[in-house]
Amino acid sequence: MAQQLKMQLLVCGGTGCRASESESIEAALARELKAHGLENEAKVITTGCFGFCEKGPIVKVHPDNTFYTQVTPADAREIVEEHVLKGRKVERLLYTDPENKEHVPDSRHMGFYRKQIRIALRNCGFINPENIDEYLARDGYEALGKCLAEMTPDAVIDIMKKSGLRGRGGGGFPTGLKWEITRKSVADQKYVVCNADEGDPGAFMDRSILEGDPHAILEAMAICGYAIGATKGLIYIRAEYPLAIKRLKIAIDQAMEYGLLGKNIFETGFDFDVELRYGAGAFVCGEETALIHSMEGSRGEPTFKPPFPSVEGYMGKPTNVNNVETFANVPIIINKGADWFASIGTERSKGTKVFALAGKINNVGLIEVPMGTTLREVIFEIGGGIKDGKEFKAVQTGGPSGGCLTQKHLDIPIEYETLVEAGSMMGSGGMIVMDEDDCMVSMAKFYLEFTVEESCGKCSPCRIGNKRLHEMLETVTEGKATMETLEKLKNLSNVIKDTSLCGLGQTAPNPVLSTLNNFWDEYLEHVEDHKCRAGACKSLMRYVIIPDNCVGCTACARNCPVNCISGERKQVHEIDQSTCIKCGTCMEKCKFNAIEIV
Amino acid sequence: MSSIKIKLKEKDVAKIIEICDSFDNNPGDLINVLHKVQGEFGYLPAEVQEVVSNQLKVSLAKIYGVVTFYSFFTMIPRGKHPISICTGTACYVRGAEKVLDEFKKVLGIKVGESTADGKFSLTCLRCVGACGLAPVVQIGDKTYGRLAPDDVKRILDEYADN
Repeated sequence: MAQQLKMQLLVCGGTGCRASESESIEAALARELKAHGLENEAKVITTGCFGFCEKGPIVKVHPDNTFYTQVTPADAREIVEEHVLKGRKVERLLYTDPENKEHVPDSRHMGFYRKQIRIALRNCGFINPENIDEYLARDGYEALGKCLAEMTPDAVIDIMKKSGLRGRGGGGFPTGLKWEITRKSVADQKYVVCNADEGDPGAFMDRSILEGDPHAILEAMAICGYAIGATKGLIYIRAEYPLAIKRLKIAIDQAMEYGLLGKNIFETGFDFDVELRYGAGAFVCGEETALIHSMEGSRGEPTFKPPFPSVEGYMGKPTNVNNVETFANVPIIINKGADWFASIGTERSKGTKVFALAGKINNVGLIEVPMGTTLREVIFEIGGGIKDGKEFKAVQTGGPSGGCLTQKHLDIPIEYETLVEAGSMMGSGGMIVMDEDDCMVSMAKFYLEFTVEESCGKCSPCRIGNKRLHEMLETVTEGKATMETLEKLKNLSNVIKDTSLCGLGQTAPNPVLSTLNNFWDEYLEHVEDHKCRAGACKSLMRYVIIPDNCVGCTACARNCPVNCISGERKQVHEIDQSTCIKCGTCMEKCKFNAIEIV
Repeated sequence: MSSIKIKLKEKDVAKIIEICDSFDNNPGDLINVLHKVQGEFGYLPAEVQEVVSNQLKVSLAKIYGVVTFYSFFTMIPRGKHPISICTGTACYVRGAEKVLDEFKKVLGIKVGESTADGKFSLTCLRCVGACGLAPVVQIGDKTYGRLAPDDVKRILDEYADN
């Protein structure tokens, strides 16, 4: 950051805030600064995501940590005239604490940030990701220099092993060990691959890191290259992330220009360059072997392991695949040491984890907490609890491969192992919160629909089995299932888990099994009582007229698209259930609250 | 394969060849080539795939296999204003399905179809990563957030004149 300036106006340039016109806010702020002759006093800087997407677009003022939420271009003048010129904060734009209804002038005191420790997200929201000098000013590329100048590759691997860092893409495999295996594989060419194919719907940490701090990933990949003996890095990134791609390209060009990538880095004789490869929308490509096939220009179908990519990967050469968040931790571990990193988190899971909070939660956004934090702290303290004061019902962790956890799991500390024991998994860190209005059978069906669509079709347990699971769930939501169906659901789920070729199939039945376990009574209600307590399963709903409230205005009958409502003027009407399509139009049109769902 | 038969103009063929050349006709770059070509033509009809096949010396069957495997590639022309509804989990939980139903109703088309005048096409996609704005819809390059079914008509009206 430019130090000579008194003030910096940091505007979030992440995908979420961009969609809410943060670019116009930047332009308006810059225009106002100019109009007031304040160009030398303050500067507008575009940064990566602040994480607090719920109240975007965000503008943060440095150095006083003022956090303005839901800013519009029209607010620019007031921010400049009041805050920059007169030093008075614009009260109405400050974040309001939902509990005491008071404005919070300093972002460090917001409930959302208080419990967070930002390691992987350390630069997101602080620096301009399109300017390498800002990354350098925050110790950027220092770790790479240290590795190349002072450490042997074995020493680098040793630090990674001691730090206890584990893969953040889901599996949780020890990163240092993976590097060591790839280092020991003998070949004329090896590859470092960054998995940026963030396919888990509802997870957006990798995108935010790439958009907010692309150099950290490049630096980490070069360190990995040095450690394992590779000179080539490839980033496999989703084509759906145009902004991240743009910023990565800029970062690669700048790093090449500064001699931090390319030939003879820091004049140590070490060469490393990075290329981008684009995904084309296939969830299964998050699996390493499928990802490698996709990079080679083929269908992204997984193959049996072993051989592991560390031995035989891209183009048949040893390949080390790590995901974005894993890499984001590497430079800071080198700089601050393995002991520092290992001191954060729990015995088995070290460091922090980034989670994407979404769904029925007050503070949707990106957070980073030490391992061992409880789900309750994440959802209620950082996440601000459930939207519209409703009741918490479940949280899905680990995306479509994970499971639904409930009230009784809220106090378990988050670790790789504890989540698996509870019937879910860490996954890439998506957390979708559900409330009383969500039907758990429908949620399981939704996830299965996703898996069926994304199954590559190579092995039959996944291709056929998941389709059958989906069909059975469909009968449950339609009220046509029997107790036998539920039994079959369970059995088939276990068969698919045991016999599928890759991680996608092996984990696909998790949402079914976890909901069967944790919400058995809800399944029972669907089957035995033909009832959906959340009112989400259309086939099980009935619209009926409350005779006491009906005045016979005929509004419902006139608007019914299938003419299934009968009744004379000023007489109580009736809905013919056999022809009703449950569109809800009658309920919308009724002005007397005379129609209810049972 | 696609039932739509088209005849490629000479300059279109030249463009495809140029793109293939820029990747040194390397079969390993097939996906990158297809991204570029789709960027140029908007979709990947069989005739286009044939040219790519000849250039990269990759069988047409393999190319068809790749095109149909990845959801990003399409063999059907998209509308002038392609509408993509995010049906990722976060959007789903916040009512994306109702918004999708409204688009289908108002436009009178199903997912994967285009309107008769070629103006709009409708697809679903999985998570654009703007979960804070759920439910999210993209029309062309523009992103609309926090939508309710009632907003659909108003949004489509923005495109009334072009």
